[in-house]
Amino acid sequence: MSFAWAKPYEPKTDIGRWIDERLPLPRLVYGAIGGGYPVPRNLNYFWNFGVLSGLFLTIQIVTGIVLAMHYYSYADGAFTSVERIMRDVNAGWLIRYAHANGASFFFVAVYIHIFRGLYYGSYKAPRELVWMLGLVIYLLMMATAFLGYVLPWGQMSYWGAQVITGFFSAFPLVGEPIRVWLLGGYAPDQAALTRFFSLHYLLPFVIAGVVILHIWSLHIPGSNNPTGVDVKDEKDTLPFHPFYTAKDGWFVGAFLTVYAVFVFFMPNALGHADNYIPANPLATPAHIVPEWYFWPFYAILRAFTVDFILPAKLWGVLAMFGSILLLFFLPWLDRSPVRSGNYRPVFKRFYLLLVVDVLVLGWCGGAPRNRSTSASARLPPPTISRTS
Amino acid sequence: MVRIIAFFVGLGFAGVLLWSFVVNLYDNITEPPAPTAEHEFHREPKELHLASDGPFGKWDKAQLQRGFQVYKEVCAACHSLERVAFRDLAGLGYNEAEIKAIAKSYDVPSINPDTGEPATRKGIPADYFPKPYANETAGRAANNNAYPPDLSLITKAREGGAAYIYSLLTGYQNQPTELLKQFPDVKTPEGLHYNPYFANLNIAMPKPIVSDGQVTYGEGAPAATVDQMAKDVSAFLVWTAEPKLVNRHRAGMAVLIFLIMATVLGYMAYQNIWASAKRKVAPKGPLDPDNQAKREAAKAEAGGIAG
Amino acid sequence: MATLEETNAAKVEADHSLRRRDFINIAAVSFAGVGGAVAVLPLVNQMSPSADVLALASIEVDVSKIQPGQAIKTSWRKQPVFIRNLTPKEVADAKAVPLSELRDPQSLAERTKPGKENWLVTLGVCTHLGCVPLGVGEGENRGPFGGYFCPCHGSAYDTAARIRSGPAPTNLLVPEYEFTSPTVVTIG
Repeated sequence: MSFAWAKPYEPKTDIGRWIDERLPLPRLVYGAIGGGYPVPRNLNYFWNFGVLSGLFLTIQIVTGIVLAMHYYSYADGAFTSVERIMRDVNAGWLIRYAHANGASFFFVAVYIHIFRGLYYGSYKAPRELVWMLGLVIYLLMMATAFLGYVLPWGQMSYWGAQVITGFFSAFPLVGEPIRVWLLGGYAPDQAALTRFFSLHYLLPFVIAGVVILHIWSLHIPGSNNPTGVDVKDEKDTLPFHPFYTAKDGWFVGAFLTVYAVFVFFMPNALGHADNYIPANPLATPAHIVPEWYFWPFYAILRAFTVDFILPAKLWGVLAMFGSILLLFFLPWLDRSPVRSGNYRPVFKRFYLLLVVDVLVLGWCGGAPRNRSTSASARLPPPTISRTS
Repeated sequence: MVRIIAFFVGLGFAGVLLWSFVVNLYDNITEPPAPTAEHEFHREPKELHLASDGPFGKWDKAQLQRGFQVYKEVCAACHSLERVAFRDLAGLGYNEAEIKAIAKSYDVPSINPDTGEPATRKGIPADYFPKPYANETAGRAANNNAYPPDLSLITKAREGGAAYIYSLLTGYQNQPTELLKQFPDVKTPEGLHYNPYFANLNIAMPKPIVSDGQVTYGEGAPAATVDQMAKDVSAFLVWTAEPKLVNRHRAGMAVLIFLIMATVLGYMAYQNIWASAKRKVAPKGPLDPDNQAKREAAKAEAGGIAG
Repeated sequence: MATLEETNAAKVEADHSLRRRDFINIAAVSFAGVGGAVAVLPLVNQMSPSADVLALASIEVDVSKIQPGQAIKTSWRKQPVFIRNLTPKEVADAKAVPLSELRDPQSLAERTKPGKENWLVTLGVCTHLGCVPLGVGEGENRGPFGGYFCPCHGSAYDTAARIRSGPAPTNLLVPEYEFTSPTVVTIG
């Protein structure tokens, strides 16, 4: 680590020393999330969402492994197996609701984490790779969430799979063959369900791997802070443990309390009633929407309604992928030497515009499809205007 | 260079988007969307209060048993309940002998042990409610091509839940004359039934609960009015959709109390730990709160003098 | 002198508040620990048999068609169950064996229901390593003691399904069962 004043690990016991000499794992942990990682002392609560995201990744992996013990990725039995989990498996309802709502809360934490990074310039040098690895995690999360939503094989699962794989058919020539290859058929069916389950089980571990890289690359320059000014010496920092473990600890409790309210008292509030109807390839639900965390992207997808050189559908798909890919270039598009949005009045206004834009897009994405919503003013996806 | 390309790409997208917007807006203005009968006459579900509502809700087992009776005597003729097993009825307060008797009163599909041909046998508690139709095709054939959906999850699978079911059961009426005046083309087709709580206003299911006393309730039960029977069966269907509902609420209360206590303790511990931090090393330089306050004060003073 | 006392008093007070702070910190960490431990319970308990599996824990078998000398194999909790109608000779053989010769001493009467001594109901799971012994089907090897014979490691059971030779430590297990009618056995 690059802090001269970071406390080196000192084993307290003989066993600790014995292990440290052979496998310096305790040293690694101490330097990463223990007393050996100096953190700026002026962090606000927006800095708690990184740890929260990590916690929810863990919750998702643990509950997911348990659910996989009872789930069948069999098109005729998947829905029934999920209902069996809800009715017959011991505490199955708890584990499934924890997993379903856990996905939403994972996204809540990650969205706040991303917007914190955007506002305080955490994407700027020397943290470009931290930012880009974070975006990779986000993309993997979206893929994992989509794959997981298909597994219960309800109406929304099925038609979600149909629509999302339909994105690929927007690309001329190669699109349709790619779609058929992805599904292993002409419509979602057994082949698609089985591979979706396999990948849904795999990707979280890939995410966990990228999370390690994300944290590793963060620990080289250390954490940013609300002023955006680099810390100078020991007086500006506090060791991660016990100071930030304590701060994260109570905040985790508070966040889990909100999560528990959803899991125990309104577990289906974030879901959709149609997903309690088994998949029916012959009838589409009246109002197809993805889960709320995809609404802004769904709105972008639907906003393009005219064919101009390219078909409207392709414009939508390109804009949707573009709005994420653009974020990869952010460290170089934004050349302001000032990091924190606190000291950038123009940036601040555009930032606010972006937040409002995303919320409006989210609202449009979740609203039923009709002419008035598709015609309502769609602000362009986050564009270069932010670089001022 | 990157910035210039990015700018033009962004501009391109913004341009197409704007065009989409203008085209749609133009369409909307030149030919505003025509009002539809669904839009004008569809109604939100009526209010329904059940004992199981809310975080402290409990099952009203007498009501659930009545609802089960309504299901058995009315709905079961066409609607399956395939995710509920007889053993689950213990949740309605039936004892083992009663459950065995109920199970025995049903014939479930089986095979003849001697010939291997399809046959039926008496149900046992481990069996699930048998379906009224062998498969979807049979169900469609018997019901004018409208398949009666399975009811096990119906209150979770419809917006509005139990209230929707209750409203639908009690919402049958003649097509209003204003509707026909306004939309002469949408007369309820032959074989369908007008119901303002159904999404497209015309439902294939004929009015199932037609008259008071259609089901004979046992002693001590409220009068079997249409409204009461609709309420009871809605309550029963809440239970079939989520038999663990009350357990969930009870567990949730314990978890919430624990989490709140843990959070408060955690907050106090956090305050302790940070208090000691502030005593040990006071921040210096621009991060020192004193210095920050001084700067603010100086700024305010300067502003005051200037003003 | 006075300064020393003051310092002591201040120290005592500091110690006191230190102890209170420590208490809160320890309590907070314990709460987190207890919460974590309780959260593990459902994750462990989900592996126990679920309600639908438990519901199949008792079965009814019609034994009216089993002639003396015949046996059937049925399934209970996904395990084979042997139901044998013993011939009078087999009953006599089983009774003739002195209990002192047995590895797992049990009389035939202990292994059957009173008045139904000819009905031997056992799990078809060898007590050695869980193979299914032979001897139910016509013409299968019933071993040197005329009961059941396990092909995996050569455990031989006698006509009361008691272990007589080979590696198995105990007799074939008799599940809980009862005759709910003269011809119907309820197992479990």
